[in-house]
Amino acid sequence: MAFPGAKRWLLLGIALAILASYLSPQFNRYYLGVIIDVGIAIILATSLNLINGHTGQFSLGHAGFMAVGGFFSAWVSLHAGASVDAVWYFPLVLIAGGLLAAAVGLLVGVPSLRLRGDYLAIVTLGFGEIIRVVAQNTEAIGAASGLKGIPKLTNLGWTFGFAAISVYAISALVNSTYGRAFIAVHDDEIAAESNGIDTTRTKVIAFVTGAFFAGIAGGLYAHHKQFLSPTGFDWLKSIDIVVMVILGGMGRTAGVIAAAILLTLMPEFLREFSEYRMIIYALLIILLMLLRPAGLFAINLKRRRHS
Amino acid sequence: MNAPLLELEKATIQFGGLTAVSGLSFSIGEGELVGIIGPNGAGKTTAFNMITGVYQPTSGTIRFLGKNTLGVRPNRLAGAGIARTFQNIRLFRSLSVLDNIRVAARLHNGEGYFSALWRGKGWLKAEVETEKNALELLEIFNLADQRDELAISLPYGDQRRLEIVRALATRPRLLLLDEPAAGMNPAEKDDLMRLIRFVKDRYHLAVLLVEHDMKVVMGICQRIAVLEYGIKIAEGSPKEIQVHPKVIEAYLGAAAV
Repeated sequence: MAFPGAKRWLLLGIALAILASYLSPQFNRYYLGVIIDVGIAIILATSLNLINGHTGQFSLGHAGFMAVGGFFSAWVSLHAGASVDAVWYFPLVLIAGGLLAAAVGLLVGVPSLRLRGDYLAIVTLGFGEIIRVVAQNTEAIGAASGLKGIPKLTNLGWTFGFAAISVYAISALVNSTYGRAFIAVHDDEIAAESNGIDTTRTKVIAFVTGAFFAGIAGGLYAHHKQFLSPTGFDWLKSIDIVVMVILGGMGRTAGVIAAAILLTLMPEFLREFSEYRMIIYALLIILLMLLRPAGLFAINLKRRRHS
Repeated sequence: MNAPLLELEKATIQFGGLTAVSGLSFSIGEGELVGIIGPNGAGKTTAFNMITGVYQPTSGTIRFLGKNTLGVRPNRLAGAGIARTFQNIRLFRSLSVLDNIRVAARLHNGEGYFSALWRGKGWLKAEVETEKNALELLEIFNLADQRDELAISLPYGDQRRLEIVRALATRPRLLLLDEPAAGMNPAEKDDLMRLIRFVKDRYHLAVLLVEHDMKVVMGICQRIAVLEYGIKIAEGSPKEIQVHPKVIEAYLGAAAV
């Protein structure tokens, strides 16, 4: 059976995340912050991997979905008063943010997923910009100055708990007869259709699922940085996530997680080179692309796809 | 004969000013093996694409099991029982041999989004069942040993065979084969003819075949329709077609008649 004992791995991941969050007061605050950044990047990269990697639909709008979830949950937290302190509050608002992002994903996805390749990339790019511009001009969420003073609710437990759930969900989907349709659509849409797969529906489902987790990542991000500015969700942010997926190897979960970790840590390590940082970052990406074009963990053996 | 399985009535398709298929009428009954032949560009594959819903006829009707298929998406028609293979093999290249079959068996697997996420008992049962059926199919066609190999790493002949097996996994009532013998050597062609007969009998299918290889077409088809420039110029048994003056003219030129 494909992907055996999946649920046990999920429980183990969540248990580790909770354990880590109990130990977290002993960590250096800076490192703690970086580790949470890594967890959020893992959610973003694995969820985009479902769309861009497994299903092969090139989306450039992931930061937009992240913004939807982020601004929504941050706004709720700033208006929720005392209930913010309840244990149930944070997961609930995160999931609500995810669902809103998924709904927006459905709205964007249904018309645009009929397009292929470059066209989809352009539409999703445009969508991301629309979200940013709308956020920039909406007084309720602080317009151009953004939202300040968001309560700090994100910790290691929630971040890696949701990271474990997103990795599990996407692996579980792709390793099932139901979800193999994503890969079939990626490989050959015409053959997929003639074998009974509703390609548009499959693409929309991948898109909406990806948007859901991006929304959750946005909520985690908002309650981690405690400050949200619309400019933080521009298309460059989307590109960052796309690079993680490409570098990790489209459709390879383990590789994409590794790339998410690497690309989040790299700018931190390069901090001491201050102004040369982005140049080194760019060079490293170019080098990785040249040396490992099929992804970090690409193995040239007979390949087993999902891992 | 009962009501035909598939019935084309004056089916016509135009692309801009070009009429690719013009007023094509013919039908296939349950369990029949029918061939379509014709020179290059005669509209054979276009006819296939109309039947499978990839193209919509500009005029005329196509009925499958008595229902008009106008506007029905290819995936729906696959669900209704029309399966096909492609002239240029279209296997799912990043899936294994087994997964190529399983993804086609998805039509009858009954899993949904949330059951795939939750992975409960019902899901597991469906999954085991799907795998068992897929393996049985592979077993019958001697592909079970290569189950974990990537589909595109198979030799050419096996890829053709796998595509047929994949089509069977959708449990069709009508199987359309688009040039299944293309690129095969004589021995492989013989195997293919045996395979098509076997598949037809075992799964009680009607088979519609587009093929250039006359030996294959004449060898297995009960009835043959000949297209030229999108128009059906003849229809009949292999023997009738072989001596039909219009067919000879289409293939060899008027001087040969």
